[in-house]
Amino acid sequence: MAYHSVREAIAALRRAPGLAILSATSIGLSLFVLGIFGVVAYNLEVTLQAVERRVEVVAYLRDDISAAQLEVLQNDVSSFPEVENVSHVSKFEAMRNAIQQLEEFHDVFTDLEMNPLPASLEVQLRPDFRDPTSVARVAELIALYPFVEDVRYGREWVDKIYQLRRLGGAVAAILGIAFAVVAILIIGTTVRMAVLARREEIAIMRLVGATDGFIRRPFLLEGFITGLGGGLLALLLTYAAFLAVDGSLIDLEWVPASWASGGTLAGGLLGLAASGAALRRHLTTYG
Amino acid sequence: MIKLINVYKEFPRSGLALKNVSFHLRKGEFAFLTGPSGAGKTTVLQVIHMAERPTDGEVRVSGFSSRRIRRRDIPKLRRRVGMVFQNFRLLRDRTTAENLAFALEVTGARRSEIKGKVQRLLAQVGLAARAGAYPEELSGGEQQRIAIARALIHDPVVLLADEPMGNLDERAARSVFELIRDINASGTAVLMATHDLDLVRRYSQYRVIELTEGAIVYDSGNSDGVP
Repeated sequence: MAYHSVREAIAALRRAPGLAILSATSIGLSLFVLGIFGVVAYNLEVTLQAVERRVEVVAYLRDDISAAQLEVLQNDVSSFPEVENVSHVSKFEAMRNAIQQLEEFHDVFTDLEMNPLPASLEVQLRPDFRDPTSVARVAELIALYPFVEDVRYGREWVDKIYQLRRLGGAVAAILGIAFAVVAILIIGTTVRMAVLARREEIAIMRLVGATDGFIRRPFLLEGFITGLGGGLLALLLTYAAFLAVDGSLIDLEWVPASWASGGTLAGGLLGLAASGAALRRHLTTYG
Repeated sequence: MIKLINVYKEFPRSGLALKNVSFHLRKGEFAFLTGPSGAGKTTVLQVIHMAERPTDGEVRVSGFSSRRIRRRDIPKLRRRVGMVFQNFRLLRDRTTAENLAFALEVTGARRSEIKGKVQRLLAQVGLAARAGAYPEELSGGEQQRIAIARALIHDPVVLLADEPMGNLDERAARSVFELIRDINASGTAVLMATHDLDLVRRYSQYRVIELTEGAIVYDSGNSDGVP
């Protein structure tokens, strides 16, 4: 049974290579649009993540904080579920950083008789807790400690990044679904053409008493192979487009291997699903 | 073995194709189904093959009933009912032997039994030497013989033939008809749709069921009380 399905699927592809190439190309071009969209979406995500990694809460400490109090504060803050990392910046380190980062004020800093910069705790948050609500909550909790002078976290740009991420997510979802629907429609039409081209063969199978399952299997396999071919073509085209743009127009990152292999496999699965739908319709229409 | 009981068939566009059709085709019987074009001959064959379901009434074929049969059981019925058509319906991109093997492969036959059965059937229809020929390399009569061999591939209890000699010259038609008679003589019932009244008169020993406008107007063999 499996032997027959595999042999028939391969034989069908060899008997009508033009139709198979047309189907694979049409699937490939549909998925290519999705692939380009995937690269753009991935790079937007990478950029947003890089910005988000810089979201941190800085707690400025009173000068009279004792070592024991500092240890308690560090331990407490580290144990917050939102917190990824806590690092202490002493008054001396704060001054050294200021001198390094603000070279134009080098003389001002070195002329000071005493160090006016406070020590601080720099608190980095876990990726899932970089939204405005979580950041504000952590800041409020830290501010409750009496030996904390002030807490800063750049409320405005945290809000903006978060809005941008939500907007990006919504646009990506809508566009992704729209492109996927278009791809499915094109693939469905292509496979339906292939099924119609072989309607006589299907009619004869039914005439001689083949079960629906037996009729479907070679077509499903053929749809999967064609879809996989289309997926590989889309991968090649997307990579070629990536190479053409990367470095010359804009610096891009190539999508992870799981995205590339998942996309190619999705081509196969789309071919399989489109074949299944076209056959289902055909088998019920031509009882 | 095949019973049509008060069968009506109505198509949405063309209207009533069968009106109260009843007859009983017995095991091993040979019957002509005659009538002018559009009388409903093909529809009778289609309801027996369960390619169409009756709008009303019942069709019983070898233990299956049109009222109760499940979709997944229809293939089982079709393996017991061979069917041939005027236009042969062979796959043009496969050889004679491959056309026959195809009918076995798609019904899950074991590879070991396919070759032997194909050879036996080719011999039965007198075309053992043409196993490697493609349909277009065969005459019309030879193509119909292959179609008949394919219809016999599952050893059916009945052969339904829809104008099987309609596309053939007289000599080929005679030879195909003799083949169908041989098949009947070996025990397979035959129901043959034809509008060739000369043929029907020549073989007056066979039963004749005549249809006009979807209704049976004459049945020479209706003697068992079927209404």
